[in-house]
Amino acid sequence: MLELNRVTAGYDRRDPVVRDVSLAVAPGESVGLLGPSGCGKSTLARVAALLHRPDAGSVVLAGAPVKGWRYRAPQEQRTAVGVVFQQPRLSADPRLSLRELIAQPLRSTGRRHEVAVRVAELAREVGLTGELLDRRPHAVSDGQLQRACLARALVLRPGLLICDEMTAMLDASTTAALVSVVEAYRAESGAALLAVGHDRVLLERWCDRTVRWEELDGTREPAEAVGARG
Amino acid sequence: MKKTSPARPVLSVAGLSVRFRMRGGRHVAAVTDATFDLAAGECLALVGESGCGKSVLASALLGLLPANAETSGAAVLDGDTDLVTAGERVLARTVRGRRIGLVPQSPAAHLTPVRTVRAQLEETLRELTGVRGPAVGPAARAAAGRAAFPADHLDRYPHELSGGLAQRAATALALIGDAPLLLADEPTTGLDRELVERTVDELRRHTDRGRALLLITHDLAAAGRIADRVAVMYAGRIVELADAERFFGRPGPRHPYARGLLEALPEREFAPIPGMPPELADLPAGCAFAARCPRADERCGLQPSFENGVACHHLTGVEIHRAEEPADA
Ligand SMILES: Nc1ncnc2c1ncn2[C@@H]1O[C@H](COP(=O)(O)OP(=O)(O)OP(=O)(O)O)[C@@H](O)[C@H]1O
Ligand code: SF4
Ligand SMILES: [Mg+2]
Repeated sequence: MLELNRVTAGYDRRDPVVRDVSLAVAPGESVGLLGPSGCGKSTLARVAALLHRPDAGSVVLAGAPVKGWRYRAPQEQRTAVGVVFQQPRLSADPRLSLRELIAQPLRSTGRRHEVAVRVAELAREVGLTGELLDRRPHAVSDGQLQRACLARALVLRPGLLICDEMTAMLDASTTAALVSVVEAYRAESGAALLAVGHDRVLLERWCDRTVRWEELDGTREPAEAVGARG
Repeated sequence: MKKTSPARPVLSVAGLSVRFRMRGGRHVAAVTDATFDLAAGECLALVGESGCGKSVLASALLGLLPANAETSGAAVLDGDTDLVTAGERVLARTVRGRRIGLVPQSPAAHLTPVRTVRAQLEETLRELTGVRGPAVGPAARAAAGRAAFPADHLDRYPHELSGGLAQRAATALALIGDAPLLLADEPTTGLDRELVERTVDELRRHTDRGRALLLITHDLAAAGRIADRVAVMYAGRIVELADAERFFGRPGPRHPYARGLLEALPEREFAPIPGMPPELADLPAGCAFAARCPRADERCGLQPSFENGVACHHLTGVEIHRAEEPADA
């Protein structure tokens, strides 16, 4: 479903945060990627989600090589991946109600006729009630907003879901609830999952297999983590 | 130990409630009747499901609620300032940052986007401490170090930081004022286990220097590591207030909700508490947990009163067992 081949990426070409990393996720498989704070795993997740152009290496999505990132990515590739980030406040447009937020990918791909049914269905799955759906992000808690962000990521029925620290800011019960929403969707759709995080206990319980960042990137020590601890 | 401490509370919260006025005359009861004391040198962990009102409680203490909020009750700081009635002028000039420090939830959204971390640390140092001139630079590096923020990232802008780094930057800023009361709202979000421990240990050291800490966290392991007491919140109410050792160890939580929360951990059952918390705009008349509670019966149609640290009509088996066998000690 996803192949990352020798990907190098970052924010400064002279000092990339991801160096020569390869990782594959088979169709229907769930892979947990474990790494310490700031090691670059989120950057890799953004490359896989077609949100960040790598400096080198290649990405293959559902058998087709990726040629463009962000707005340059063709629609069918962009919509094949659903992404949930750690900080819903940074990824949710503050002007939209939760209902509009969930519906947005449908509208921007010309499928507005599906909005009513699909939003109602997803809201029930993630546990958002009507009253909450009418509120805007500033008037809901982070956990409620994250439920909406997960619904948005599922709204186009992606074949690959990328969860970057999706539950890092959530309580134990909401974490278990969102993980079970993801797993119910995967069981029904056969979608693959790349879950990125640093909670070993959680990812080992959740995913088919886990890989550690250091195994992917044996060539060096993660500079930031070293700096942070030094 | 803390219970016998004669220290006057740094913060004394009594009957604190927050309601949000919504369109159509509806109300969201975000916090109801919160009552607790917090002494110097003590850490109280406030835990509970997402949306239960923890952050609203913290915002109420800082006067940072939006205009549609109505606050009642009292929250007295150091015996002399009621945070509920103090005006914005007092709060802005003498309370926020000086008498109460805040580590905000969603730090990336709170950092000033157009200024580097170094610039923000230096500005806060100048504003809240006497540090001036050439001493500012080293002081900023030291402040960053206390929160394990790496020195070689000081010249970055907030959008260039990972979630965990933004978190550490916000913690560094909050510790600068050395306020007698620190509110830390999810201060370890996005940190790996090693950094979680490092951060909460720093907060504990801060507390041990005679500061009071209200630690709002979903990370039960972090709470267990440094808290003296635990307050469990559900649907806007504190439903259990317990000694941390007894809560995380034996005999464990007494309230059925608190029990469910601990059991949801991936190292335990990893099962969510069935259902969702009720709408705070539409709370049931009785116990708000009744719809999800395995022990609910008709008595639960009445709001349980908060007695001996717990608000429940039917305490868990352990508790009943203990109560029946006092000879056990
Ligand atoms: N401005 C507002 N208007 C109306 N309701 C609000 C407003 N701000 C917050 N709420 C509601 O108040 C309740 C408590 O929110 P709060 O942010 O305190 O939750 P929390 O316990 O901190 O959750 P989390 O663990 O997700 O951070 C939620 O139901 C939220 O939707
Ligand atoms: S009062 Fe009743 S419903 Fe509420 S927690 Fe106790 S047993 Fe459950
Ligand atoms: Mg909160």
